[in-house]
Amino acid sequence: MKYLLQAVTTLLLLFTTSLAFAASSTIKIGGLFSVTGPASFLGEPERNTAKMVVDEINAKGGIKGKKLELVVYDTQGDATKAVQAANRLIKDDKVVAIVGPSTTGESMAVIPVAEKEGVPLISCAAGSKITDPVKKWIFKTAQNDYLAVNKIYDHLNKKKISKVAIITVSDGFGSSGREQLKAYAAKHGIQIVVDDTYGPKDTDMTSQLTKIRASQAQAIICWGTNPGPAVIAKNVRQLGIKLPLFMSHGVSSNKFIELAGDAAEGIILPTGRVLVCDALPKTDKQKSSLQAFVKDCKTHYNAEGDHFGGHAWDAVMLLKGAIERGGDTPAAIRDQLEKTKLFAGIGGIFSFSATDHAGLGKDAFVLVQIKKKDFVLLK
Amino acid sequence: MAVNREIIKFLAMVVVILVAPLLVHEGYLINVMVFIGIHTMLALALNLLLGYAGQISLGQAGFFGLGAYISGILTATHGINPWAAMAAAALFVTFLAFIVGFPILKLKGHYLAMATLGLGIIIYIVFNEAVEQTGGPSGLSGIPNLQVAGIVFDTDLKNYYLIWAFTLAAMGLALNLVHSRIGRALRAIHDSEVAARVMGVNARLLKVQIFALSAGLSAIAGSLYAHTMTFIAPASFGFNFSVELVTMVIIGGLASIYGSLLGAALLTLLPEMLRAFQDYDIIVYGLLLIVMTMFMPGGLVKGVPSALSRIRGKLQGRPVPHA
Repeated sequence: MKYLLQAVTTLLLLFTTSLAFAASSTIKIGGLFSVTGPASFLGEPERNTAKMVVDEINAKGGIKGKKLELVVYDTQGDATKAVQAANRLIKDDKVVAIVGPSTTGESMAVIPVAEKEGVPLISCAAGSKITDPVKKWIFKTAQNDYLAVNKIYDHLNKKKISKVAIITVSDGFGSSGREQLKAYAAKHGIQIVVDDTYGPKDTDMTSQLTKIRASQAQAIICWGTNPGPAVIAKNVRQLGIKLPLFMSHGVSSNKFIELAGDAAEGIILPTGRVLVCDALPKTDKQKSSLQAFVKDCKTHYNAEGDHFGGHAWDAVMLLKGAIERGGDTPAAIRDQLEKTKLFAGIGGIFSFSATDHAGLGKDAFVLVQIKKKDFVLLK
Repeated sequence: MAVNREIIKFLAMVVVILVAPLLVHEGYLINVMVFIGIHTMLALALNLLLGYAGQISLGQAGFFGLGAYISGILTATHGINPWAAMAAAALFVTFLAFIVGFPILKLKGHYLAMATLGLGIIIYIVFNEAVEQTGGPSGLSGIPNLQVAGIVFDTDLKNYYLIWAFTLAAMGLALNLVHSRIGRALRAIHDSEVAARVMGVNARLLKVQIFALSAGLSAIAGSLYAHTMTFIAPASFGFNFSVELVTMVIIGGLASIYGSLLGAALLTLLPEMLRAFQDYDIIVYGLLLIVMTMFMPGGLVKGVPSALSRIRGKLQGRPVPHA
């Protein structure tokens, strides 16, 4: 019993001290990342990157002499938890801005909270409905899906391919991709001859691919995040299908090549510039940001800087820029964010305006091809 | 005498719940307390079925989600009055559970668990795949807040009173139910279905009725959730949440209305408090649950008083008989 009491008091003490740790000469920003759960492949690099950037900024003396403080909560990919955490960040921690959440669903759930409380939020999720229609306090850094779709379709037009099969995963990312693939097909004169889906946990897609093989499709476009697309790449090999295979930016990390092995050879996908930053011409405006980001990831986490962490990098750096130009109140940050022009980040070159809170153009993506287990810029 | 004591206990709880927001002031904690209200209603609905009638359901999240989605789709897409949508959701889900209940509740033990699990998963898949109606995995937004006589329930504090009004009504109803003839019949089924039948209890019908009531209450909780959050996504109504509800009921105390409140409050608050442990919160959370089930098998509602009396005994230096 005595030990139990001791344990309880220790716990309480820990709890209270951690709450009391709020110095006043800091600027507090919040992070909502799905560090655990099904979307952890997004949330973990995002959180790590956000921490890393904040540390870097503080090591260089902070912003206008004030240190940044990052308060991160794990949303576990759950909309309810995201809303609770957002409420806590705003009302308890009194943050001046929020970075995240990682997924479109969570972002949509959190938007009413941020709007009502008047706190700027920079989402790291891709769904275009986050900033369409434009909402006063909401911005995003992840590239809209349709930019990736158009990049692939442009390439198909160039190769004179007009009949495609699409196979998409049945989750938020896949269903959004499927919507955009269908919406932009006609504009490019492309006909979707097979439209199939697979479950996020499926381990074999040969039945869908057999159907595709029997169709008139001249190319296959797969929209999903790891590990599904790797299975599809392997199944395509096993079935001896010779059609060109396209993937989405959802697999643009070395993890995919690791999972798919030899089957990854020749696959083409749209991705942010970070994977091929060394191959970029010197004139590329993003090159210096990208190389700094990759180098930092190497030194801090001994990891390859990836596309997803980049969303958080952009979000924190955008905040930094806004605070430097204006004040550190939520309203001032919002106004300055909207005035951001030509910020060269990881995801692309951002220019926000009153009518555009996504800020990226078609050039945010480049096409790469996997050759000899590496991403090669496709010209 | 016993009835009076029950009423006093209930009224005391009502007062505590009414006053609670004044003590915590405006803050995120009120938001958490809104969710405690919703979770209490869900735990209560499951407790009627699991604690009293002894029938497990691993599909409660499905009914919860159906309530939320019916409300959401009717109001956001079709512009129907939220209160009417809520009533429609509750009626439809009760009816659905009533129909499905007959074949399903013939099963017992693990098989019943499997069947309700299957039902929950089917509902979850429909939320994901019926993209045209539900918005699919990326969710449904634009659900209006409830309003009554010009008051729009759009802040945490207003929602707190709205949701707790429903939850307290449900608790009052449940307390009445379990102390009635039906409550005794339910407990008889729990102890021995055969004996209950021999005594003239229509066990089959009663089980289906309580299953339908449980589903209907969950649907109302779902509607309230949808109108409070104004956004819903399938991920909130998955299998994990069904399991979490079972945990709330067991940690709180089986066959105890107040236990449902305690269980829901603990499982909603604990993760928030454990955030202080940063990345290790999930481990601490799991450990606490294990310790609690080991040392308080009867749930909080029985475990806390007995722990207190043991502490009191220790303080007064009396030897404590080991349990």
